Amino acid sequence: MPPDLSPPSITVALRVNGSEHQLVLDPRTTLLDALREHLQLTGTKKGCALGQCGACTVLLDGKRVKSCLSLAGLIDKRDITTIEGLSSGEQLHPLQTAFVERDAFQCGYCTPGQIMAGVACIAEGHAGSAEEIREWMSGNICRCGAYDNIVAAIQDAAGAAGATGRG
Amino acid sequence: MHPFTLERPRDLAAALAFQAQAGRTDAAAEYIAGGTDMVQLLQEEVRQPTRLVSLAGVLDHRIEVNDQGLRIGAAATMADVAAHSGIVQQFPLISEALLNSASPQVRNQATMGGNLLQRTRCPYFRDVGYTACNKRVPGSGCAALTGDNQWHAVLGTSDNCIAVHPSDLAVALVALDAELEVRSASDRRTLRLIDLHRLPGDTPHIEAALEPGEVIAAIHVPSGPAARRSHYLKVRTRASFEFALVSVAVALDMDGPRVATARIALGGVGTKPWRTPEVEAALKGVTPGSPEVRNAAALAAQGAQGRGHNDFKIELMQRAIVRAVEIAGARA
Repeated sequence: MPPDLSPPSITVALRVNGSEHQLVLDPRTTLLDALREHLQLTGTKKGCALGQCGACTVLLDGKRVKSCLSLAGLIDKRDITTIEGLSSGEQLHPLQTAFVERDAFQCGYCTPGQIMAGVACIAEGHAGSAEEIREWMSGNICRCGAYDNIVAAIQDAAGAAGATGRG
Repeated sequence: MHPFTLERPRDLAAALAFQAQAGRTDAAAEYIAGGTDMVQLLQEEVRQPTRLVSLAGVLDHRIEVNDQGLRIGAAATMADVAAHSGIVQQFPLISEALLNSASPQVRNQATMGGNLLQRTRCPYFRDVGYTACNKRVPGSGCAALTGDNQWHAVLGTSDNCIAVHPSDLAVALVALDAELEVRSASDRRTLRLIDLHRLPGDTPHIEAALEPGEVIAAIHVPSGPAARRSHYLKVRTRASFEFALVSVAVALDMDGPRVATARIALGGVGTKPWRTPEVEAALKGVTPGSPEVRNAAALAAQGAQGRGHNDFKIELMQRAIVRAVEIAGARA
């Protein structure tokens, strides 16, 4: 048997989409890998794993973060929202609906990250114009180049949120 | 990632007792705070510490503005500092530098202390596929000297290293004469930010003037009219989410239409955040927008040495100074 070179495991308490999870992890585990490999929440995507593409964007205590740049062991006892936690049952979040209506994707791989970042962009009040959206969505790359439709979907959802007073 | 032990101390005293160290290649134990740079370095195996000591939850993150100035706890995030109303009004340069850094997600994660201690973006440092990097492997050489060096420094270089310090925040804070509160288990000392980063010289693998067991606990910035009439100009190869080719932090104290005192720091061109005392002295009595600004800016090029692909920075930084002074001078 090969020698076990892995470092001592750590215990981590993650609260994801309202559910509590106790995990025993290799300390090298990122939040992204904890979500995908240990909680089977594969909606959050791994693109570059270096914080450059934004495919792994989730909300941490309501703020958007790149889950590939956080070690899971340092996220103890905070609220995480992933793309799986956005809808209410079969009822899509308004920004999810807007992405469908605006055809704001081609291959779809960046879409969960775009939507999580877009939800935060609207909630922060940074969706006032197409120009502002482009600046504040610059942490999310779409290699299919669906940017025009992504911006349009966020503008739609921001307008609807403004009209109804909800983000 | 290479294996490491992750320590999650309950308080700052316990964290300091681990004697970890930031900003040098030979540290066996390193601190981690927001993690946005450290996790990249671990993923790419540029850094291979045997122990990581978390500062999460044990450092101050408060932001306080009063008549004397600004105090920022080292754990404050880039996003919170950039959006703070007192900073936007009295230290616009700091907010502008931060909003022109990284992406909204990273700004929610990265801390002030970590931003100042982030490692260079030199591609030869970041890619372990290259054998020659004195910063990563002391004594191995510098691939950038004869390689693709359009991103590299023209000021403060040595024959061992020409890597640029990448922090926009540090450039802004150096212009404002910021000081750091440095804590260790037994001591608390003040370190001028201009003295935090070391020139590469013969030891480019040692970047920060911090001893084992020392952390940045807070940043202090004196207030004043110059801090209010300030601007951060960043020139880069795309409109957003990119490091600086050249950046200029300007803070002006005006006497009517003329400059009484100017403070100028440059980013993207130095191996550390770069103050320009000659330019500052020459700007005294000059009217922003006048041709004399160009003459003053030319003094920034004294001692600058291009390495081929980055020769353009020597002209670009002078032009950037002219524009940044004009914008800051037009501020009320």
